[in-house]
Amino acid sequence: MNSLARQALAGLRVLVVLTVLLGILYPLGVWAVSRLPGLAANAEGSVVTENGQAVGSDLIGIDPVAEDPAHDPWFHTRPSAVARDLDGDGAPDLLGPADPSVSAGSNKGGFDADLVAAVRARKEIVAAREGVDPAEVPADAVTASASGLDPAISPAYAELQVPRVARENGLSEEQVRALVGAHTTGRGMGVLGEPGVRVLTLNLAVQAARR
Amino acid sequence: MSSTVAGLVQVGVLLVVLAAVYKPLGDYMARVFTDRGHLAVERVIYRLGRVDAESQQRWPVYAAGVLGFSFVSVVLLYLVQRLQPFLPFDFGRGAVGSGIAFNTAISFVTNTNWQSYVPEVVMGHSVQMLGLTVQNFVSAGAGLAVAIALVRGFTRSRTDWLGNFWVDLTRGIVRILLPMSFVFAIVLIALGVVQSLRSGVDVTNPDGSASTIALAPAASQEAIKELGTNGGGIFSANSAHPFENPNGWTNLVEIFLIMVIPVCLTRTFGTLVGNRRQGYALLSAMGVLWTGMLAVIWWAEAHPNGPAALLAGSAMEGKETRFGIPGSALFADATTGTSTGAVNSMHDSYTGLGGGGTMLNMLFGEMTPGGVGTGLYSILVTAIIAVFLAGLMVGRTPEYLGKKLGRREVTAAAVAILSMPTLVLLGAGIAIMLPGTPGYLANSGSHGWSEVLYAYTSASNNNGSAFAGITVTSPWFQSSLGICMLLGRLIPILAVLCLAGSLAAQKKVPATAGTLPTHGPLFSSLLTGTVVLVAALTFIPALALGPIAEALA
Repeated sequence: MNSLARQALAGLRVLVVLTVLLGILYPLGVWAVSRLPGLAANAEGSVVTENGQAVGSDLIGIDPVAEDPAHDPWFHTRPSAVARDLDGDGAPDLLGPADPSVSAGSNKGGFDADLVAAVRARKEIVAAREGVDPAEVPADAVTASASGLDPAISPAYAELQVPRVARENGLSEEQVRALVGAHTTGRGMGVLGEPGVRVLTLNLAVQAARR
Repeated sequence: MSSTVAGLVQVGVLLVVLAAVYKPLGDYMARVFTDRGHLAVERVIYRLGRVDAESQQRWPVYAAGVLGFSFVSVVLLYLVQRLQPFLPFDFGRGAVGSGIAFNTAISFVTNTNWQSYVPEVVMGHSVQMLGLTVQNFVSAGAGLAVAIALVRGFTRSRTDWLGNFWVDLTRGIVRILLPMSFVFAIVLIALGVVQSLRSGVDVTNPDGSASTIALAPAASQEAIKELGTNGGGIFSANSAHPFENPNGWTNLVEIFLIMVIPVCLTRTFGTLVGNRRQGYALLSAMGVLWTGMLAVIWWAEAHPNGPAALLAGSAMEGKETRFGIPGSALFADATTGTSTGAVNSMHDSYTGLGGGGTMLNMLFGEMTPGGVGTGLYSILVTAIIAVFLAGLMVGRTPEYLGKKLGRREVTAAAVAILSMPTLVLLGAGIAIMLPGTPGYLANSGSHGWSEVLYAYTSASNNNGSAFAGITVTSPWFQSSLGICMLLGRLIPILAVLCLAGSLAAQKKVPATAGTLPTHGPLFSSLLTGTVVLVAALTFIPALALGPIAEALA
């Protein structure tokens, strides 16, 4: 017991010293290096600016809301399990933006009745919005991402939205398709991860093309 | 290129990189723990800590060091959380509640990093850096030290001395964990991970609405979170959050960091015991099980059977576009095969077989390849059981690496192995009988039971991942999971150090014709079989009611 108390006291002294090294010098040292040009923008969240105004992060997906749902000019992100309750029914909206000050998935299993109902409802909403058959809606359009902030959609979901976005913005489908291609990230080294279309910068590019 | 082919090449790239560093890092770690000199910064730590770095410790004193250090770590981490309002960078998040603070203190000190809180709302940057980042390092360092002490039990003879816990702890941190974390934190920032002291950034979205995007000093914690097989996210969505893991590159870097030390420690072990083939035998048992479980999880996620995934067209619920099925399955296998518990996809939304695979990975006892240090000592303990079983079959006194395995050694090994199943089955069994439990679950039926089983499995194995639909803020869950984490960590450590002490005291016996060779494929298969058999015999009934039932539905 004597030995345990002595070792605990030694542990307390060692821990205090290590806290200075690992809890102050290390993270602040990494922070200091991250101020270097080339790293600083990443370290502060890859913020995208337009006319000096921060309009989002290249890495964070926030679903845009159309002023008039009948004339929706936006490419949409994947659903978020923690979407804001804009329709005021007391539950997260099936589709729509999440609050990026937090992050979460639905944690529902494949047999969960609520999840099945949510997937079915989203399929119908997206199909109606795009004017296609529900069977054509890809999986990532109807499933909530792990973070609720997925910045990317699959090329298939982007392609599904091309005709509507082109029509509502007065652009040709070829123009919009070219923009989708320009905002598609492939796999790292051709093998790491999956291809994805970055929704925020794509929407900004569409708006710029429209002007 | 199809997703599957790209995914297979991705696994190949990971294995090539691990193979490339296996020898240099493994041998370097062996030198770290045999070097007679001290670095200047280490001398400072010893002087300020008033530690005699030249002294040696008997196993009870070494164990008292681990216990004492864990105890003051829990107390200090608890206080740091409770005193958050007095620290800078608290962003008005207030004192952390006592239940969360207790659970979190145990969780991070035991290298579990189970999280019953939402970091973006509860923990400010000072608590993250001063409290949680520090424990990310030292809990991994403590596991490493215990593993090295056990190896010394094999390499030394007729001695009571196992080394010095403070020296082993300090060296593991100063010479291995800290330099690697620093370099990889910078690499992660270069690839897009954030490292900010601000609480968030205000943006005006293209549609005119306003948002605040949470920021944190993530990269410095992300590097040690993976390298130290810790797993606690600085954001709630953990490595699924784009600021912690923004693309396919960071995903591979993080998986590499999770695997690298546990894998290379088998080389360290082989080098230290003077027979590298002994290390390869352990590594191949780890590798066979890791690869097998990867195949199970990947196949299951690519072939979902639940109506939600079938309706959607693929099991993308709870997965990120940039990782897809292969990148998610690979991460899930790596994080549960080690005791990391970081997630880049939500395991709760996995299929019955896929989620059951992650659970079984933990139920193997976290040794495929296991956590930093804990993986090595866990598989060595299992190797002792395997040698003992083989000895029973042929009727000889078993010996391993020149040490006889008598009653004391086998008892210690059995205690180390059986403590985890006891905690898992008792904890989950009691929890599911409590009338209030269904109210805390996000799913019902067999998947609800899986959430409970996963929680106690994760806590008792110091993994820290979750079927996160379970709400664990009730006093019962906070305290019982805390106790499982604590006992799941300390009982095996005490048993392992007792074992190390009794091995070191023995003289070496020369190998004879009757000695079971422990460096070839035969022993490796026997070891693999022992891991599987112990887990299967213990857990099949519990798994049958949860993931197996769901997989067959």
